[in-house]
Amino acid sequence: MYEKPLPIIDPDSAPYWSATQQHKLVIPRCLDCGKHHFYPRALCPHCHSDKLEWTEISGRGTVYSYIVANRPAGPAFKADIPYVVAVIDLAEGPRMMSNIVIDDPSKVKIGDAVQVCFEDVTPEITLPKFKLV
Amino acid sequence: MSKRKAVIVGVADAPLKDGMIPGGASPLAVQARCAKDALAEAGLTLKDVDGLLVAGMWGNPGPGMLPTVTLSEYLGIRPRFSDGTNIGGSAFELHVGHAALAIEQGLCDVALITYGSTQKSEKSRNLAGRPAVLTMQYETPWGMPTPVGGYALAARRHMHEYGTTPEQLASVAVATRKWAQLNPAATMRAPLTVEDVLKSTAIADPLHLLDCCLVTDGGGAIVMTNEERARDLKAKPVHILGFGEGQTHWTIAAMPDLARLTAAEEAGKRAFAMAGVKHKDIDVAEFYDSFTITALLTLEALGFCERGEGGAFFASGRTAPGGDFPLNTNGGGLSCLHPGMYGIFLLIEAVRQLRGECGDRQVKDAKIALCHGTGGTLSSGATCILAKD
Repeated sequence: MYEKPLPIIDPDSAPYWSATQQHKLVIPRCLDCGKHHFYPRALCPHCHSDKLEWTEISGRGTVYSYIVANRPAGPAFKADIPYVVAVIDLAEGPRMMSNIVIDDPSKVKIGDAVQVCFEDVTPEITLPKFKLV
Repeated sequence: MSKRKAVIVGVADAPLKDGMIPGGASPLAVQARCAKDALAEAGLTLKDVDGLLVAGMWGNPGPGMLPTVTLSEYLGIRPRFSDGTNIGGSAFELHVGHAALAIEQGLCDVALITYGSTQKSEKSRNLAGRPAVLTMQYETPWGMPTPVGGYALAARRHMHEYGTTPEQLASVAVATRKWAQLNPAATMRAPLTVEDVLKSTAIADPLHLLDCCLVTDGGGAIVMTNEERARDLKAKPVHILGFGEGQTHWTIAAMPDLARLTAAEEAGKRAFAMAGVKHKDIDVAEFYDSFTITALLTLEALGFCERGEGGAFFASGRTAPGGDFPLNTNGGGLSCLHPGMYGIFLLIEAVRQLRGECGDRQVKDAKIALCHGTGGTLSSGATCILAKD
């Protein structure tokens, strides 16, 4: 049984989590200013337009910063230490928190290129994670 | 309506033993006792209080969701002005600013600011965070230890951009411990070296256990009134020259720049502009030091050194006792106490320094003090610039 915290899906986030289930990264893009944003919002945080469309993105990015957790965020993560939590600069612009899936955390560096991968953690939830490329 | 200037006329904090309230107490009782002590210092009583400002983590979900309402009931007062704004540990610097505005406008005459926490006694500190609702559904599932993880992300990025070293970050904790050794009320007073910090577990690498603040109980209260009323009171007033606030993000992935404390830059600029003083006029500084990186980012953001120079500044020992930039003179959140939201203790220490009551750790001729609180995960900032009478 999966015991780690799961996202509590709401009407704003349902399309995003529905897409990850299909192993796709789909985030809002503003039809007025053209910029993508993440996490999904009702208004574009750049220009405040409400003309948004869900857009599939490449899943490519670079490591903006990361930590190596040697103490778990609660008991459910204990078996995973040491593990990497990173903020990824997505190729399309926005930043996203995720894990970097890697056996040796000392191999991760800021600026490393990464590609999304998907982990089906429950029948309802798939988490996007990243691997070095 | 003529403007009345606001002043601080009383402060109090709860004595701790081994980081805990001796004998135990609820967070409400802690606040009530501190309130009574701070009012007594001014020669006032709870009957004089007509403004109440409260922020805390107690009683949530529950009575803490309406903190000023709950505390008014508990204290048996009926304030005509209240502010329960919570922007994290910086809330109290914001409260001083908001209370000053209310006092100047005549919305209240005696404002009471309180804080109380019994997190250590209750063992309620929880690294796992809270349910992954709303914006946190995009961060909590990945196992980020909170709040240390967000600060460690900032530390890593600062190291990458400026070459800041783990040794330089450790020197923040070492300098702060030296101040704690001069403060009998500080929780951690044993000698501390850079090596000690680096040898402690890298709980969220690059931050070590000893880069982190303490986990203690704590309580504090501040009493403010107008200059005219203060003339008849016991305590020497401390003047509020300027204040400012700012906020940028809640989720750490939305922080505009991990190597730059934007909220402090904005709050600090606003406070300096209002105060009309220069950086060189600040005699003593109290910065929120939830982690070593917090104090370093604050130093740079407020403009006391260039961006990227914070590491060398701390490593030089300038912030330690005897240095030219006395910082966190009570021993800070790193060595004195940290009950979850530390910001009120920055103000209490600054007031005591300006009144010349600090014994071995007294900064000589301290006339102007700057307090800067940081809240959330480098999310919010509020600055107060205070002056002695």
